Amino acid sequence: MAKPVVEKDRVVIRFAGDSGDGMQLTGDRFTSATAVLGNDLATLPDFPAEIRAPAGTVHGVSAFQIQFASEDITTPGDHPDVLVAMNPAALRAELKLVRPGATIIVNEDAFTQRNLERAGYTSNPLTDGSLDAYQVYRVPMTSITVRAVEELGLTRKEAERAKNMFALGLVSWMFGRPPEVTLDWLQRKFGDKPQIYDANVAAFRAGYNFGETTELFAQRYEVKPAPAEPGTYRNISGAAALAWGLLAAAERSGLRLFYASYPITPASELLHELSRLKNFGVITLQAEDEIAAAGMALGASFAGDLGVTGTSGPGMDLKAETIGLAVALELPLVVVDVQRAGPSTGMPTKTEQSDLLLALFGRHGESPIPVVAARSPSHCFEAALEAVRIAIEYRTPVILLADTFLANSSEPWRIPEVEDLPRIDPDFATAPNAGREFMPYLRDERLRRPWALPGTPGLRHRIGGLEKDEAGQISYDPENHQRMTELRAAKVARIAEDIPPLEVDDPDGDAEPLARGRGSSHGAIRAAARRVRERGRKVATAHLVHLNPFPRNTGEVVRRYPKVLIPEMNMGQLALLIRARYLVDARTVAKVKGLPFFAEELEDAMMKVMDE
Amino acid sequence: MGGETVGTLTKKDFATSNEVRWCPGCGDYAILATVQSFLPELGIPPHRIVFVSGIGCSGRFTYYVDTYGVHGIHGRAPAIATGIATARPDLSVWVVTGDGDALSIGGNHLIHALRRNVNIKILMFNNQIYGLTKGQYSPTSEEGKVTKSTPFGSVDHPFNPIALALGAEATFVARSIDNDRQHLTEVLRRAAAHRGAAFIEIYQNCNVFNDGAFDMLREKEHAVHNQIRLRHGEPIIFDEGRRCVSVGENGRLVITEVANTLRDRIVVHDERGRPSLAFALAHTAGHGPTEPTCIGVFREVQRPVYGEAIAAQIKLATERLGPGDLAKLLRSGDTWSVS
Ligand code: SF4
Repeated sequence: MAKPVVEKDRVVIRFAGDSGDGMQLTGDRFTSATAVLGNDLATLPDFPAEIRAPAGTVHGVSAFQIQFASEDITTPGDHPDVLVAMNPAALRAELKLVRPGATIIVNEDAFTQRNLERAGYTSNPLTDGSLDAYQVYRVPMTSITVRAVEELGLTRKEAERAKNMFALGLVSWMFGRPPEVTLDWLQRKFGDKPQIYDANVAAFRAGYNFGETTELFAQRYEVKPAPAEPGTYRNISGAAALAWGLLAAAERSGLRLFYASYPITPASELLHELSRLKNFGVITLQAEDEIAAAGMALGASFAGDLGVTGTSGPGMDLKAETIGLAVALELPLVVVDVQRAGPSTGMPTKTEQSDLLLALFGRHGESPIPVVAARSPSHCFEAALEAVRIAIEYRTPVILLADTFLANSSEPWRIPEVEDLPRIDPDFATAPNAGREFMPYLRDERLRRPWALPGTPGLRHRIGGLEKDEAGQISYDPENHQRMTELRAAKVARIAEDIPPLEVDDPDGDAEPLARGRGSSHGAIRAAARRVRERGRKVATAHLVHLNPFPRNTGEVVRRYPKVLIPEMNMGQLALLIRARYLVDARTVAKVKGLPFFAEELEDAMMKVMDE
Repeated sequence: MGGETVGTLTKKDFATSNEVRWCPGCGDYAILATVQSFLPELGIPPHRIVFVSGIGCSGRFTYYVDTYGVHGIHGRAPAIATGIATARPDLSVWVVTGDGDALSIGGNHLIHALRRNVNIKILMFNNQIYGLTKGQYSPTSEEGKVTKSTPFGSVDHPFNPIALALGAEATFVARSIDNDRQHLTEVLRRAAAHRGAAFIEIYQNCNVFNDGAFDMLREKEHAVHNQIRLRHGEPIIFDEGRRCVSVGENGRLVITEVANTLRDRIVVHDERGRPSLAFALAHTAGHGPTEPTCIGVFREVQRPVYGEAIAAQIKLATERLGPGDLAKLLRSGDTWSVS
């Protein structure tokens, strides 16, 4: 007899296990099945920095969290409703996030004396009563999996490895995820390795059937599809959206994408993704260092390609010199910074938004450049297009800020039609611009200099880091340097006229505080505002994508509200800018824990400001 | 802007209107004149040639040749040039650098450009000093060198640029001298014809901060005795036929009197064999150079050119997977529809 189905609006599940247990894959697959069902969702992978941390230890725990809902959601959720713990270490590491009453599913087989000791337990939490406040399901996942694949002739180790598919099958059953999505994927992935394919399918089915047939689980849950605009959707990670956004920008500008980069966590994903796209004509180049990667991309731009380089914090320090040269050369260059926790090596796999001031000011001399920040995994696509548009149209380096959280997490995305994407016109110079002469720094009405490609007859010119006059002659003339400095600044400032105004979400138009953010704090800010409004209070939110220049109405917006709150995964960098530029008493909500904001943290912060 | 028909090009077509601002008497003038005279010979219109330079006295070179040019940042010219040459195999790309620029701050870019065999021609002006910053010792200055930053003498051991380039697996390695127009032209010709990265060390006199460093090779009365001119397939004999490079004990290369050397002990130059011969030839002289020193092409071998290998990969991927279709890519994997 089918078990009763309970309907839920939103569910947060966290899969946790040893780094070798395949939790990221499990989460990823569950996400795909969830996306296909039409739920809105947001994910958060959380893995250790070590490639293979010691097995069974707390710091070797790898986790993947997903929130899915029948309504619009913006964060991966604060607290899991269901924690799947594959071993004692996972339980110990993750339990602090789980609130009483929540469901915990453990792999009972892993709770051996040895594993308990490795995880630092002195007594078994499954039997000592410490989990009494939770609904605990003890499932012998390893042994059932081993039994399910018995006939396939695998070694014990290989058989045990399939236990993540058992867990996936069980949770898929609990939440009514269609098994076909996972089975199809297994077919695509392991179709040519029959033994591994069979083992994974058997384990998955065993988990699915375990839920259906044993009496352990009394009911299953259903989360209805979220309302969404008509269209074709897919699930997309920030890293993929960045790569595809750059590719789309290349296609829409008619330029070839030339991506040079040096391996660095977490930006390497972008290099990997683009390196696969050779049949799009993309050139990817793994440089000898971060400096060379920037130099190569800039050289490619000089030659007429779309030169892009990508990195994370430490690499940004090294690229500063080349970005400065690009400011002087006035050539397009897109620098993607997938921010991570600093200073120095910091926490390479953990998120932070602390490179904002570096992006704006981290070069010697007066060297203003546009800065664009993505605000959600799928928005990385749009942000990449926008960064490229500005770089090409204004002949300037642009820093595109993403962060570890954005790059690694995913969400549903309505796939745009390629024809609807903006066209970008490189507008190459083809003829002399000053009588019969060509002056490389003679500007047009948008203050841009001409982009003349080598190989063009009649436009030979030399550019370089030394200050020049309009004709491209080296100049130490005081008036010229003053004028050129002002022109470079004015060119960037002028971009404000070419970007959309800052939109404010203020349902009644009379909210007291304004919560402002940028980058990946967007989701948590929106979720918190919703909670505050559900409590009958008024709050407005706004989210900056363009951080230099700011949208033209930014000053007007921040001055409109008596209280301005800026949540940031740094110590208050955006607040510093807003205060300095608009003379308002903007306040910071700072978080630097390597983790994104929880909606409840911001809810508390908003309430506190209002109740002052 | 005239002179763009290849057939009629002359030295003048490669001269810019910029006033050349090196110190009077600097070896750079001679190099510039030789390069400008040589370029018409390439048969490439000037708008298809790019010069990229770094920082230092040599860096100004870009402003004096009427081609496309990028005056880059300190040490990074090989990286910038790699971007240009990889993106545009149709261009002739030249890098002008110095000993400080190429071997100190830019050492990493130099060795990797050579290793990759990027299609760029690197002219490294070696004057064994930092000129533009007014006279500090450089990575090629001899030990004991007294400069402003080493008042008690340098304690650094210098690089041997030829050996360094060979160690970096360069496919073309040569050395010439600023004031020997004929020899330099011949080396430039060979470098231009080479497919891939070419490294040319040019001994260049800095008459202000390191005057006379290369006198033993530059000045006529010494040059005839000290220049060992390498020619592929020929026995290495110099000093007007008096001396030669021969194989001594333990296979070591030594300089001996031809009269006292068995004919079959005299080394026959081979640009294409193992790099060990070139490496040994790079070490025949002590540092200075204050004694007989090899000039010419040490080594030239063929290896796939970097940009071409990338283009080949793209072509292969396109043939195998078909030309990329963005709309299809965006819809690849699991999708669902909402109506
Ligand atoms: S300092 Fe030396 S190398 Fe530089 S321009 Fe003067 S003479 Fe030439």
